[in-house]
Amino acid sequence: MPELSTDPKAPCSAGPGVVIKGGTIVDAAGQRACDIVISRGRIEHVQPGCEVPCGAKVLDASGCIVAPGLVDLHSHLREPGGELAETVESGSRAAALGGYSAVVAMPNTDPPIDNASAAHHVLDLGAHALVEVMVAGAITVDRAGERLAPMAEMASMGISLFTDDGTGVQDGGLMRRAMEYARGLGVTLAQHCEDRSLASGGHMHEGRWSSILGIPGIPAEAEELMVARDLMLARLTGARLHLLHLSTAGSVELVRKAKSAGIKVTAEVTPHHLCLSDEEVASYDPLFKVSPPLRPVEHIIALQAGLEDGTVDAVATDHAPHATQAKEAPFDQAPSGMLGLETALAVVLTELWDGRVGSSPQICGEKTTDIGATRQTTGTARSSHSPGMAGSRSIGPAGGRHRLVDLGACLPSGIRLNLMQILTLLSWQPASIARLGSAHPSVLRPGAVASICVFDPFTRWVVDPDRLASKSKNTPFAGVELQGQVRHTLVGGEPVVIEGEAQR
Amino acid sequence: MRVSLVAQDCGSDPPKSEPVRAGDSQSSSKVSSKGSPRVPRSLLEVGDLGREGIEEVLDLADSFAEVSRRPIPKVPALRGRTVATLFYEDSTRTRLSFEAAAKRLSADTMSFSLGTSSVNKGESLLDTARTLESLGADVLVVRHPSAGAPSRVASWVGVPVINAGDGWHEHPTQALLDCYTLTKALGRRSVGKDRFGGLSVAVVGDVLHSRVARSVVKAFAMLGAAVSLVAPPTMLPSSLEGWPLAGFSYDLDPVLAGADVLYMLRVQAERGAGSFVPSVREYVSRYGLNMDRFRKMKPDAVILHPGPVNRGVELAPEVADQPSALIASQVANGIVVRMAVLYLLLGSAGNQRDLEQDSSKVMDETGA
Repeated sequence: MPELSTDPKAPCSAGPGVVIKGGTIVDAAGQRACDIVISRGRIEHVQPGCEVPCGAKVLDASGCIVAPGLVDLHSHLREPGGELAETVESGSRAAALGGYSAVVAMPNTDPPIDNASAAHHVLDLGAHALVEVMVAGAITVDRAGERLAPMAEMASMGISLFTDDGTGVQDGGLMRRAMEYARGLGVTLAQHCEDRSLASGGHMHEGRWSSILGIPGIPAEAEELMVARDLMLARLTGARLHLLHLSTAGSVELVRKAKSAGIKVTAEVTPHHLCLSDEEVASYDPLFKVSPPLRPVEHIIALQAGLEDGTVDAVATDHAPHATQAKEAPFDQAPSGMLGLETALAVVLTELWDGRVGSSPQICGEKTTDIGATRQTTGTARSSHSPGMAGSRSIGPAGGRHRLVDLGACLPSGIRLNLMQILTLLSWQPASIARLGSAHPSVLRPGAVASICVFDPFTRWVVDPDRLASKSKNTPFAGVELQGQVRHTLVGGEPVVIEGEAQR
Repeated sequence: MRVSLVAQDCGSDPPKSEPVRAGDSQSSSKVSSKGSPRVPRSLLEVGDLGREGIEEVLDLADSFAEVSRRPIPKVPALRGRTVATLFYEDSTRTRLSFEAAAKRLSADTMSFSLGTSSVNKGESLLDTARTLESLGADVLVVRHPSAGAPSRVASWVGVPVINAGDGWHEHPTQALLDCYTLTKALGRRSVGKDRFGGLSVAVVGDVLHSRVARSVVKAFAMLGAAVSLVAPPTMLPSSLEGWPLAGFSYDLDPVLAGADVLYMLRVQAERGAGSFVPSVREYVSRYGLNMDRFRKMKPDAVILHPGPVNRGVELAPEVADQPSALIASQVANGIVVRMAVLYLLLGSAGNQRDLEQDSSKVMDETGA
């Protein structure tokens, strides 16, 4: 631990350092208008009106929220094997620009991360990345669902999440054994819930739209069957279970009941499942092909309700880059997956934020700024979000006959989250599921590692696939106006993004 | 307007204009100012045409049917234009029908099909479509096993695209030729102002996997028919929300006496239809149209089938050979309906060159 100074006039010998000035901190401790002085990778002071130590770099945070860095439980960084679509470096840059300070790389690489040496390879690449890169290991060898991968040798490297993501472990007996083994290691199993016998051959949600479009469907029950099975297996084995990208109302309800029954389960949803419906597929554009598939509005509402009542613990991107040519195909021939890291925070803010800054207890004694109230009058608040905005979409086949769900348009449920809830879902709760521990504090206080996200929750911007840092362009939000923009990202004290620009 | 243009092209013996068209032919500006049937850029779904568009195609087809009865069944309407067929699935009849239609309009044809193509060299659908466009295709006729593939192609190229069947999705020209065939067979038997008003149509068979079903249900319903589906539940989509249906039945027998039209879908063994019923034998026993069932139908009811028929499966051979089974007419009508579609998409304003100018030039050259 570095020495904790309480003197704002810290001597220059402490290193040049960084000061985040003029922002409103929102973290697990609440909200306060404070500056943050950072030195040697850690937070040195948190107080209003800090003096800037000599030589320190000042990051302007006026009008911005200053929060613990975001943590993504579900990123496909594609390396090794898929370097045309993404690399650890490019993916980490995308993450940093999205406000993330840590990501969990999924193991469905080629070769897959199903042993210690493969995991070492990705962790080594991650050591030079812009954000902290953790890896999830595979549950079974080659993710084939046939025999257990050497989880202990991976766990001994500090890997705490295991998943065959991209597919679920189909065999219930094998999954039971994996859970029992995982319990002995103290690690968490993360499942991509999809019963292959029901989902096989399907390319979108089975329902009204698949029927009209003539695209083979995947019923919601394909997911819910495995959710139910794994919850029962978690109860049987006592293992800790994390459910990846839940997409159906039934799944949320199953998890709600399981939690109330004391089963050790956590769950995530993706930003796209929180705002895009299966109607998007009417464009036949594979940008809207994703696994699990986009679902109808009633499912979207149930997912949002799951966030609101705490049934769902995290928003995770399932950032899944695909090279352009892979998506230039008929819908059923294209691979599943969407970019997410650079848009996740803005999508959640646009779709779900109540638009308020304030109402939380003040900590630093400074007057809480209700930025929301002042900005409302300037016309930049969400009320300016017009249904016509989808017209600005630059892509979309068939002459753009079908337009995106109007992000931020109130669904019948009218669910809105406050900033604290949103950051809980995007930052410290996923950090806890990934067991980042002290490497990723939930409260910005002196001594804490300085992994910090600074964003302006009101700035509106239009997503331009050509300007994303990801090597791929398969965002479903191309041309869509989003609210909320990341200004600075710090990882272990290093400003990796300053004024929206990646620093390396 | 367009009908009269065809008449000019033909030089002599102008085909009879439908009464409803006569007014339209007075002035082209009048037609455009009142926004006569919206002509889509591409024909991807039968719904793209709308009811008026379908009516226009059927009227045009009538004109072309007259042309087809001449000793030299050819008009110079699309001379200098190139129709490219891009078929990723075997379909001899649909391809031949489109090519015959193009040739009767004096268009050039280009043909691209799986097996003879650079797809085997790994060329993507995108590149293949753009290659055909670069080779001078003025319209792409696309058949593909993937639903939505023609939509994708339409988003990539600058020329109109005609969907010649995509996966389970749609087969719009099939529906149009079925509407035309039905009109010819029934005359103006309908009730009310709609072409098929008061008609009861039952679509029988594997609706789930059928692109024909998705097109004919919409087209018949748009023209006023009451359309119902008859199939085992395994061959129906799990949701029928959004389908313009009068109803559905899991049994064929109760439907027979009330139907004016039985539309028998093909049992598509190649699409794995076999695993959706215990056996073809059991399917035939419940949904096959045999003579016993045929006798229970209305005397003036007609039978349609998109072909090719599995004789003894959907239709017993004796039924397939009944005069009220219009299968041969459907095939013959396919050509004139596709002529109408090609003419409509290539000849309408907004789609590339000015056809009227072109055709007058053609007339000058031919001294018509």
